[in-house]
Amino acid sequence: MNMTTQTALPGWQRLMTLVLPRTGGESVFRMLFRGIAPPLLGIMVFLGLWQIGASHVHTSLGTLPGPAAVLKQAGNLYQEYRDDKAREAAFKARQKLRKADFLAQHPGQEYDAIRYTGQPTYLDQIFTSLYTVFVGFMLGTIIAVPLGIVCGLNKTIQAALNPLIQIFKPVSPLAWLPIVTLVVSALYVSPDPMFAKSFLISALTVTLCSMWPTLVNTALGVASIDKDLLNVAKVLRLSTRTKIMKIVIPSSLKLIFTGMRLSLGVAWMVLIAAEMLAQNPGLGKFVWDEFQNGSSQSLSRIMVAVFTIGFVGFLLDRIMHTLQQMASFGQRTE
Amino acid sequence: MKRANIKALVGFNTARRRIFKVTAIAACILALSGAAPFGMLDAQAAVGKAEKTSLKFGFIKLTDMAPLAVAYEKGYFEDEGLSVTLEAQANWKVLLDRVVDGELDGAHMLAGQPIGATIGIGTKADIITPFSMDLNGNAITVSNAVWADLKKRLPMMKDGRPVHPIEPKYLKYVVDDYKKQGRAFKMGMVFPVSNHNYELRYWLAAGGMNPGYYDPANGDTSGTIKADVQLSVTPPPQMPSTMEAGTIDGYCVGEPWNQQAVFMGIGVPVTTDYDIQKNNPEKVFGVSKKWADKYPNTLIHVVKALIRAGYWLDEQNNKNRLAAVKMISSPDYVGADEKVLANSMTGTFEYEKGDKRPAPDYNVFFRYNATYPYYSDAVWFLTQMRRWGQIPVAKPDSWYIKIAKEVYRPDIYAIAAKELIAEGKMKASDFPDFATETGFKGRQGGFVDGIVFDGRKPNAYIDKFKIGLKGNEKPR
Repeated sequence: MNMTTQTALPGWQRLMTLVLPRTGGESVFRMLFRGIAPPLLGIMVFLGLWQIGASHVHTSLGTLPGPAAVLKQAGNLYQEYRDDKAREAAFKARQKLRKADFLAQHPGQEYDAIRYTGQPTYLDQIFTSLYTVFVGFMLGTIIAVPLGIVCGLNKTIQAALNPLIQIFKPVSPLAWLPIVTLVVSALYVSPDPMFAKSFLISALTVTLCSMWPTLVNTALGVASIDKDLLNVAKVLRLSTRTKIMKIVIPSSLKLIFTGMRLSLGVAWMVLIAAEMLAQNPGLGKFVWDEFQNGSSQSLSRIMVAVFTIGFVGFLLDRIMHTLQQMASFGQRTE
Repeated sequence: MKRANIKALVGFNTARRRIFKVTAIAACILALSGAAPFGMLDAQAAVGKAEKTSLKFGFIKLTDMAPLAVAYEKGYFEDEGLSVTLEAQANWKVLLDRVVDGELDGAHMLAGQPIGATIGIGTKADIITPFSMDLNGNAITVSNAVWADLKKRLPMMKDGRPVHPIEPKYLKYVVDDYKKQGRAFKMGMVFPVSNHNYELRYWLAAGGMNPGYYDPANGDTSGTIKADVQLSVTPPPQMPSTMEAGTIDGYCVGEPWNQQAVFMGIGVPVTTDYDIQKNNPEKVFGVSKKWADKYPNTLIHVVKALIRAGYWLDEQNNKNRLAAVKMISSPDYVGADEKVLANSMTGTFEYEKGDKRPAPDYNVFFRYNATYPYYSDAVWFLTQMRRWGQIPVAKPDSWYIKIAKEVYRPDIYAIAAKELIAEGKMKASDFPDFATETGFKGRQGGFVDGIVFDGRKPNAYIDKFKIGLKGNEKPR
């Protein structure tokens, strides 16, 4: 192994050695190379196999699209976003003219402006999906964490709830959807609703399917708190609230966050399925509509959506991982 | 003398002035009343402002959603001061449910859906329609395997191509073959109260095959009692893939899903619904009765925009159709490739690959008073619902006409049309004569089996069919 002396390195490399973790004697370049090269190689091989394999699969809509076609469609989707912005600008210009005409003909009256209603662009759909999953996930966390704490502290309640948890945990979102749809339609009746029903249905389905990992992990985390700490609480005669806030939650935070990270992963997967059927205008609906379109570009566009969904899921996971790191007081988690 | 002359002149002038004044006032009144039928000064104020301007309409990905797309893209909704969002729906059931629970203000609906919903076939809800979106537009397609068997028995023209329209009796041979092999012959249609269901059944029955009965009184809503051909529901965009997978042997659906099958090489259309029933009602614009009662002015503004859209689509002998195809091929509307949409929208229809025949009235959006919601069309749907058992008991003629008048609302259409005429956007000659129009088309011919339909005598019509429930018959 090379023993590279620090003083021999040029300035920027010295900077890098400060930023990167200790290499144990290896050169920085070597470490970087080992970190980046295998994943890069993996991606290249995958793209190559995909390009070759796709052109051999003949569907009734043409051959399966390769990476080039998918990239082209990604560009198209962005172009459609730009076109929509242009249309919105044209609409606003027309509205200005109409308003001027109206005020000229009917001076003194108020003009009722109408707003622009374009189709949701791809970027809008991504944001809708993110917003819906966030709401569903938060709702699930708010239900699961307190329930998990109660389960962890009280063995009787844990035994009582356990069969219910085990039965509802494996239920697929597609099975929950009709029930949730009917319940929301029946209960959420308002002449001027704040939320669209499709949004509520998707968010609730996400909650129902994704809260279980958080619940189970929270209960586990609370149940495995060091008995000594609980004895301290008894000795000091701490109130239940103080006990939970000062002892229970900090000790089980690591497992709670593990649960939440798992839940978020499940939530994102469930959301796409729920959106397809509840017609929430997000990525799930995009995929379903493209499938219904059956045009020669549909498969490529669906693949763009697949990569987008995967990439966003990856980002969400990384965010949770960072939060988990912060909550783990420096202990390494993976 | 001069004074007398002046007096006479003045007197004459006074009289003339009086006559002039009276005539002028009369002319003003006449002009104003002509311009504003309700006698108000401002023609726009005759209908009143829309109560709700932010609207969401649903549609299914079919070429005949075009009037909605055109009304949006050409700014007709904007002209009426409406801010409209058009949203594709997953299937007909979801679409209807969302109109009923208020998520959608209105939707592109099957002509039979408002009727079916009102009398309680499926989801029960009061739905009305003041606007018919188009006529014709469907076709029956069979899989390649069925076509291979069918083609052998068809009479051919001199150039080797089959004689069109293909008579349903030839399919009976194929269905009998399947029966001999112990296989069920299955076909798809889009919804239990859709025109496709009734057309497919009409065509099969005309060929001597029983498409099956419904028995809702005993809980059987599959429609396959005593069936020679079993019919099932599939959403339109999934028809080609369902046929490709072998689940069904053929289907009846609207465009572009028949031409899509030809384009994909998985099936061959055998007849268009123009050959089953000339100029049959296909889709309507439906809203819930609750919504219509709450927002009457809004509905009239919507109908005005849609009438203009329909007119544009058929304007000057279909000159705008290619522009319309470009519009609806956007992934937000129908999404299929332009060349698949272009055929039927521009007056040709491709049967076998390469066999294109002229079909000038494949889609009719305005011609032949296509947008007027005739009571007799509603009655026809009701007769077919009774024929196949969806209406479990016999009803008197008066019941049919009463339901038709509740669901189909040409009165709202007339108000909207008169508004457009008053605003000068359309001419009175574009519309039927509202003063004399009864809403019944009179005796209608043009059916594949030659039977004549009189909208005022539904029970007599039901009794004319060889296959189908008559009088008080029950399915079993």
